[in-house]
Amino acid sequence: MSKLSRRAWIASGVAVAAGGAGLAVAAKLAGRYGLVPPDSGGVYGPGETLTYAVQRLLTGHSLAREFSRSQISKAPFANEVAPLGDDFQRFQKGAFADWRLVVDGLVAQPASFSLADIHSFPRSSHVTMIQCEEGWSYIAEWIGAPLSHLLGVVGAQPQARYVVYRSIQPDWWESMDMADALHPQTLLTYAMNDGDLPVGFGGPLRIRVSRQLGYKSVKYITHLTVTDNLKQFGKGLGSASPEGGYAWYAGI
Amino acid sequence: MALRHPPLHRYPLQRGRGVGTTPAMADAPHLRHRLLVRITHWLITLAFLALLITGGEIVLSHPRFYWGEVGNVNTAPLFKIPVPSSRNLVPTGYGYVLPDQNGWSRYLHFQSAWLFILTGLLYVAVGAANGHFRRNLLPARAEVVPKQLAASIKQHLRFWRPRPEEAWSYNVVQRLAYLLVIFVLTPLVIWTGLAMSPAFVSALPGAVNILGGQQSARTLHFAVSVLLVAFLLVHIFMVIFAGFRSRMRAMISGRAAEPEEQA
Repeated sequence: MSKLSRRAWIASGVAVAAGGAGLAVAAKLAGRYGLVPPDSGGVYGPGETLTYAVQRLLTGHSLAREFSRSQISKAPFANEVAPLGDDFQRFQKGAFADWRLVVDGLVAQPASFSLADIHSFPRSSHVTMIQCEEGWSYIAEWIGAPLSHLLGVVGAQPQARYVVYRSIQPDWWESMDMADALHPQTLLTYAMNDGDLPVGFGGPLRIRVSRQLGYKSVKYITHLTVTDNLKQFGKGLGSASPEGGYAWYAGI
Repeated sequence: MALRHPPLHRYPLQRGRGVGTTPAMADAPHLRHRLLVRITHWLITLAFLALLITGGEIVLSHPRFYWGEVGNVNTAPLFKIPVPSSRNLVPTGYGYVLPDQNGWSRYLHFQSAWLFILTGLLYVAVGAANGHFRRNLLPARAEVVPKQLAASIKQHLRFWRPRPEEAWSYNVVQRLAYLLVIFVLTPLVIWTGLAMSPAFVSALPGAVNILGGQQSARTLHFAVSVLLVAFLLVHIFMVIFAGFRSRMRAMISGRAAEPEEQA
């Protein structure tokens, strides 16, 4: 082995060792600052963790792009949902007067809210794009109550790290971190464009998470749980999406 | 087709200090490609193939492309790809729906994108520092003139097999193709990919706004990918055409030619 290649090998060894140590330190720091997603185990864990950590550091309090009302899509696409069950249809017959949103977990006062209660909260709206992971999109005005306001009403505790949210549809549940839960564009949406939120688009109540893909904006919301640990929900991967093979974080 | 060697012409075989430029120095243990070039080449290959397969799979869930900000099955596409879809609400003209593979495809696409970007950054940083681009990829000024370019293109189009000494250096068309892929198409494909991310563009809205919208970014991402695939196909063809064993040996072990070929 020539002197040059020995030197090259030593340099490579040092570089690999330094890279390995750097990665270990980075992983530890990421864990400490909540930059590791709940589905970070498994073969795609490194990529998911990198994406989530870098996007969280990059986005901070950034707002999803907003558009003018003239850019609202004339022909939005509702996408299909699994057939709505008897429970939903009973609520629908009663014009959703009996629809309840239950909030529990790490809160000072667990509570249950009617749609009228949610309408009484400060009203917020934004014209943003919803993008499906499949590639299609549309722009709409989303109108509702900021989730951050509701979390204030129930007194979310300081150790809260995630909000788990459930649809009336069985097995349809998601969660988001506090960066999104307290984000001003995250709404409990009850209206869209010029009227009530149509059932096809998630009415009577849809969570709108504006900086993530459409599948995080779950339709027919009935239950929120504030938590500091996602391990106790489902298979511990953060939401139903990773259980079905999809990433928990959908910012890309 | 009669395959001939091109007439003798000047190639800048001696382009300063470094490896792979002096076939006459057969006694020195010099290599055609440095170790870092070989490692990053195959890591990029792995990442690109994974990106290609998963990207194709994701396109199947919506094989329609649009221009501007938004597009969905209720709006007119710019163009469609005539393939079946993995979603039953996409009108394709096919009577069947493919199985949904988007979950793992998306996971693997982004993980491969990280491998692609990090490997690419390492390659570009080291290549810039050690003169790899200047020495091996930047064509000589005298070569980038119409006459020289035309001569090189003519040799390619006539399928002249490269002369043995060309195993030690790239010709001008080759250099320009590599530079285009490394410094134009690759940054474009990364940019257009990131411009589709709702979180990324919330922090850097200009990244998507100057492309004309999110659907424009998606369409451009697809178009640049097609160009990269075209490059890959020509690249593989040229490797086989120029001598599969010797070119693969050069990119795996670093040696360009058997000792007797060098003598």
